[in-house]
Amino acid sequence: MLRPGFRDPVHDAQGVFRAVLDALARPGTVQPLATRLDPPAPLTPELAAIALALTDRDTPVWLDSALAARAEVAAYLRFHTGAPLTGDPARAAFALVREAGRCPPLSAFAPGTPAYPDTATTLVLALDTLEAGGGLRLTGPGIRGAADLALAPMPPGWPGALGDNRAGFPLGVDSLLTAPGRVAGLPRSTAVEG
Amino acid sequence: MSEMRGPESPYNFAYLDEGTKRMIRRALLKAVAVPGYQVPFASREMPMPYGWGTGGVQVTAAILGRSDVLKVIDQGADDTTNAVSIRRFFAKTAGVATTTRTADATVIQTRHRIPETALTEAQTLVYQVPIPEPLRFLEPRETETRQLHALGEYGLMHVKLYEDISRHGHIATTYAYPVEVAGRYVMDPSPTPKFDNPKMDDCPALQLFGAGRERRIYAVPPYTRVRSLDFEDHPFRVQRFDCPCGLCGAEGVYLDEMLLDDTGRRMFICSDTDHCEERRAAGHVGTEGA
Amino acid sequence: MYVAVKGGEAAIDNAHRLLAEVRRGDPAVPDLSVAQIREQMALLVDRVMAEGSLNDPDLAALALKQARGDVVEAVFLVRAFRTTLPRFGASEPLDTGRMTLRRRISATFKDLPGGQVLGPTFDYTHRLVDFALAADGETEPAAEAAPREDAALTPRVTDLLGRDGLIEPSPPDDGAPPGDITREPVDFPCDRATRLQALARGDEGFILALGYSTQRGYGRTHPFVGEVRVGTVAVEFVPEELGFPVPLGTVQVTECQMVNQFHGSRSVPPQFTRGYGLVFGQGERKAMAMALVDRALRAAELGEPLASPAQDQEFVLAHCDSLQATGFVEHLKLPHYVDFQAELELVRRMRAGFEDRREAAE
Repeated sequence: MLRPGFRDPVHDAQGVFRAVLDALARPGTVQPLATRLDPPAPLTPELAAIALALTDRDTPVWLDSALAARAEVAAYLRFHTGAPLTGDPARAAFALVREAGRCPPLSAFAPGTPAYPDTATTLVLALDTLEAGGGLRLTGPGIRGAADLALAPMPPGWPGALGDNRAGFPLGVDSLLTAPGRVAGLPRSTAVEG
Repeated sequence: MSEMRGPESPYNFAYLDEGTKRMIRRALLKAVAVPGYQVPFASREMPMPYGWGTGGVQVTAAILGRSDVLKVIDQGADDTTNAVSIRRFFAKTAGVATTTRTADATVIQTRHRIPETALTEAQTLVYQVPIPEPLRFLEPRETETRQLHALGEYGLMHVKLYEDISRHGHIATTYAYPVEVAGRYVMDPSPTPKFDNPKMDDCPALQLFGAGRERRIYAVPPYTRVRSLDFEDHPFRVQRFDCPCGLCGAEGVYLDEMLLDDTGRRMFICSDTDHCEERRAAGHVGTEGA
Repeated sequence: MYVAVKGGEAAIDNAHRLLAEVRRGDPAVPDLSVAQIREQMALLVDRVMAEGSLNDPDLAALALKQARGDVVEAVFLVRAFRTTLPRFGASEPLDTGRMTLRRRISATFKDLPGGQVLGPTFDYTHRLVDFALAADGETEPAAEAAPREDAALTPRVTDLLGRDGLIEPSPPDDGAPPGDITREPVDFPCDRATRLQALARGDEGFILALGYSTQRGYGRTHPFVGEVRVGTVAVEFVPEELGFPVPLGTVQVTECQMVNQFHGSRSVPPQFTRGYGLVFGQGERKAMAMALVDRALRAAELGEPLASPAQDQEFVLAHCDSLQATGFVEHLKLPHYVDFQAELELVRRMRAGFEDRREAAE
């Protein structure tokens, strides 16, 4: 049987969006993300919440192999969002990654175009841990001075790949990092040092 | 369907349907990720006219939650007719708490001013924008200006400002004074007086901009460098008023000029009505106050 | 002592009450019913539906009543309502070749299959004020013409010309769904389908003036009215779960096929080209003007020199919408005193500088 979506579609979606907006506007901060969702495994409640809040038939969604392997996940997302699923990460408006340790390189996703940098993919990663402090040193818009963010597992090639992503600004992929009950943002404008 | 039509009101929370909110929210996220870049969005017809804040209203409607406290100002004042109208719109369609106190608000929608009271990390400032394209009056074609932004080619703007200097001895732009955001995009700060430009720089609050008729959304994240364009030999300078506010005696704030009679008698009072009231409540009195 | 101006809230409430009173007018005069507006101001209702992009005569009539007869204000009410409606999908393309005709005129052929149908038109009326209408005069019932034998056969004039290759073929259907200007921001340069959407809901006065300008030499297109037809067509919709079209009802539309002379270019032989106009209801002026502007906007595609406003898609599309235009023009009524103060200070400073320089020169 299909699992239910947001209990309160209007206000749950608003709450998720505001958490994501705050996360992306203030890189290095970790925002609480309450979801009240119980999606089919291996989809996490946080990935599901962001998908339900932000995707619809106008946004092609790419799933990593762990998520794509389970038909229940696609059925759940299709039913609750109407978003078309794509097998091509370069066409994805949103990419959901369950196994961050096996995340494809950032260059596999859409970086936007010089005239329309907003057409870049938003990458949404499920992590085991996400903590303010330690780990990566972040600077850039949204950050007062510098901020530190620790995450695990680290996607392959990070943090070096994030530096390449930043170097392409204003093109580039924007990442949302999730862990149980929390979300942080790494927009393309953020400079990252290991 | 249930999300769109509640039993008691024919309209959704904060008026917009959820599909429209999602579209605007996605645009906002990209706007935050690329500071100062104008994200195209499919602006909707709103129940107030284009040019009257539909962009700001759509942004506010897309971010607003039940626990938000909304303040709306026009020309710095909470009591101007359009500010009243927009504040009521949200009180009615979203049932959110409203306030005139800057410090109590979580979301502030504004037309033409930035409050005098310093904003905090807990606040979001939503600007209503009539013409989002800073290059529009230098190059009317969208196809051209888009290309100029893509290339980061802002020579036109510098030429315009420099022509001012050679003609008048100074830059003759007093409001909607162009800024460079995070070292990349040149952005229109909306028709705020240039007096307010310094408040945008390194601001703890998130700043969001909505242009409904022109269908653009853009953003300045908190703690982001916002530099007013200038030249080494002609640095950016804000307006200065010769006298303090006549009602509260405030200095270093933006003032409105009031004509008192037909003989030319005038006085200057705070444009930010909340700031003025707070000061007067705290006992500050100007030369014309009581 | 000066007291700061207050009272925006009360002023707005009072203004709204006054508006309601003025809208009703003299209470001794009977109230207009929505049905009366719909039936007796039908062309006005049609215009509100066309520019409001919503086929709903009762809603358009109600909007006109609420708007005190102000067309743009009524269009505004309809659009603001329309924007909140949930979407179930897009209908199948209308087949105007299967229209039940009310009126059909071709200026390019004296007679043609299906015939010329004059229908209800002002065209040959003498514009003399009919004072009998003021005296509640009733009209005589119209004589119904005997239907022609070929009335069921009403192929479009452009299809007849197309058979001989004299007119450019209609572009082939590439299967791609057309864009939707109400759901996606317009991206310049935009395709013809997008332009036609914008023109269809564009302000009649603006489109009319632009179309007229092409006739006076600003982007001349040598037009002939291949055909103007008014009538009802079936609207069909394919529900996902059924997979075949089901009829939803009919709509009245006005379609204009403009046939334009074209001398050919290096790659295209001389032939006639097309300009197209379609609006809800009976709106011949709008449909014809739209067809002229559509053809003018194809100048780039056809390799014609671009020199006139009607050929400039950014100019036309960015300014044809009455709501955008009226909103931005009328927003000048809003307070601008903060900006004005900034300008006042600048002008004073510049005048002082001017005086100083003049004194120094003397």
